[in-house]
Amino acid sequence: MTQSDLITILPLLALVVWACALLLVDLFIPKGRKGWTALLAAAGLALTMGLTLAQAGREASGFGGMLRLDGFSTFLNVLFLGSGLLGVAVAYGYLKRMDLERGEFYSLLLFSITGMMLMAQAADLIVIFLALELLSIPLYVLAAFARPRADSEEAGLKYFLLGAFSTGFVVYGITLVFGATGTTSLAKIVEVLAAGSLGTGSLLLTIGAALILVGFSFKVAAVPFHMWTPDVYQGAPTPVTAFMSVGAKAAGFAALMRIFVMAFPSLSADLTPVLWALAALTMFIGNIIAISQTNIKRMLAYSSIAHAGYILMALVAYGNPAVAADSVASALFYLVAYAVTSFGAWSVVMSLEKPDAKGLEINDFAGLGRRNPLLAAAMTIFMLSFTGMPPTLGLVGKFFLFRTAIEGGFIGLAIIGVLTSLISAYYYLRVVVTMYMREGEPQAEGEYWLTFTTVVTALATVVLQFLPAALFALAAGAVLK
Amino acid sequence: MLLEYAAIAAFIFVTILVGFIAIILGMLFGPKKSTDVKAMPYESGMNPIGPGTRRMPVRFYLIAVLFILFDIETVFLLPWAIVFRKLGVFGLVEMAVFIAILLVGYIYAWKKGALEWD
Repeated sequence: MTQSDLITILPLLALVVWACALLLVDLFIPKGRKGWTALLAAAGLALTMGLTLAQAGREASGFGGMLRLDGFSTFLNVLFLGSGLLGVAVAYGYLKRMDLERGEFYSLLLFSITGMMLMAQAADLIVIFLALELLSIPLYVLAAFARPRADSEEAGLKYFLLGAFSTGFVVYGITLVFGATGTTSLAKIVEVLAAGSLGTGSLLLTIGAALILVGFSFKVAAVPFHMWTPDVYQGAPTPVTAFMSVGAKAAGFAALMRIFVMAFPSLSADLTPVLWALAALTMFIGNIIAISQTNIKRMLAYSSIAHAGYILMALVAYGNPAVAADSVASALFYLVAYAVTSFGAWSVVMSLEKPDAKGLEINDFAGLGRRNPLLAAAMTIFMLSFTGMPPTLGLVGKFFLFRTAIEGGFIGLAIIGVLTSLISAYYYLRVVVTMYMREGEPQAEGEYWLTFTTVVTALATVVLQFLPAALFALAAGAVLK
Repeated sequence: MLLEYAAIAAFIFVTILVGFIAIILGMLFGPKKSTDVKAMPYESGMNPIGPGTRRMPVRFYLIAVLFILFDIETVFLLPWAIVFRKLGVFGLVEMAVFIAILLVGYIYAWKKGALEWD
């Protein structure tokens, strides 16, 4: 281990040490004072964010090429840390109100973010597997955090079983890829493929890559591997759901992009039709089932499935060298747009949620427009952004995605994307209609940090769309080489 | 390359075949006399007491998990001790980090009362 190795993982190291220390410090913070734990967790995330930003622009490899520090990892790490900070902000009041105030929440959150950051930096299949476990296991526990509420326990167990199952796919895929190429390093796989002497191994390689794709499709909730999503998103405590829908999804896509764009562009002839079908199915089924949902958490879960489809659309063209860079950049851009919008929407849901998972029907939003104009306006912005309508970031994000698909030559897929966006307008706008045109007396919580999150994300959703070029340039600078 | 696996396939096939032959021969030629002793789950050993799916304290599970954790620690410590001189300071630091992480978990479990029976 050299000094440059340590510099490559400096933010990661800081966060791991901080999370371990937080676990111990929290033992000595009395019950009812867990605000201190939340504050310390936020401080750790902010410190790590500072270290990550200080490293921006650096490119380095560490640990014999197993880990990379580049624009891609910096961009995603900032996204993970940002969603972690928002997660702490919304969780603090929520946990108190729902009587779930246990300090482990924040340590687990920090451990999960460490896994995500490792995923963004991984350049070796074994490290990707390690990162996948590190990010998933704390999330399994967090999903069951609202125990003894039965649906939360069910969510934890379901997520654990299906998560373990999907990890099995990833590991099996990794073994086959290793069997075919004799290496787990992404850079070396490219060299072996370029040498082109695989013989029967090329079949093994394709099957291995397909199995890895299946495993990560579970993680990002793409159809037909989405079955766990609605139940887990509904049962898990809402701050965990918000964090999961943003962080875990982004980490899954990070791994997919690293593996496929970096190592397997030569397999695109085999895998592009598969990705095409996955994207189309995910957009269609996610959006259509969302229409029939009456529970807002389930509706947002299906919406999150549908958005995984939109992001997959950008990856379909990954094998075409002319658009590969744009495909990664537009996917990253949309991940940011989705993160901001999704966190905002979940924070509004949290404001209206009552103990024992009450207040989560879409009908419970009736009358919010009159009772709490600020929340209703924010929710309207988020729903418009999900649909991809102006004046929001969602519109710009979808524009880049569709442009990538069309430039890659997948006009049919882009048309499916536009059509399913139209379908989605029905159920997103129904929330807006319920808020403004139905009578009701919803009681919204006025917690400071929760409202703060709602306002910040709503402002970001609107303001960031005026600087799409700057944000897209950042995402484009984060492209893999 | 696939031909190299033919031997394994033949091995699996023959193993299954031998198993089937043994069962079929027993069915054909064996005397069929059922007694109470033969119908018991285990012919030898002590008689079963109560049903197999009894309720038992969940604490056993917790203790078992903690045991596995620290058992794994030992599993890593033994080979490390054998090559300790070769690894030098690097090995010492690595193992210190490993044990420090486990120690965090240990303190957490202790403080939370996971090691107490009541």
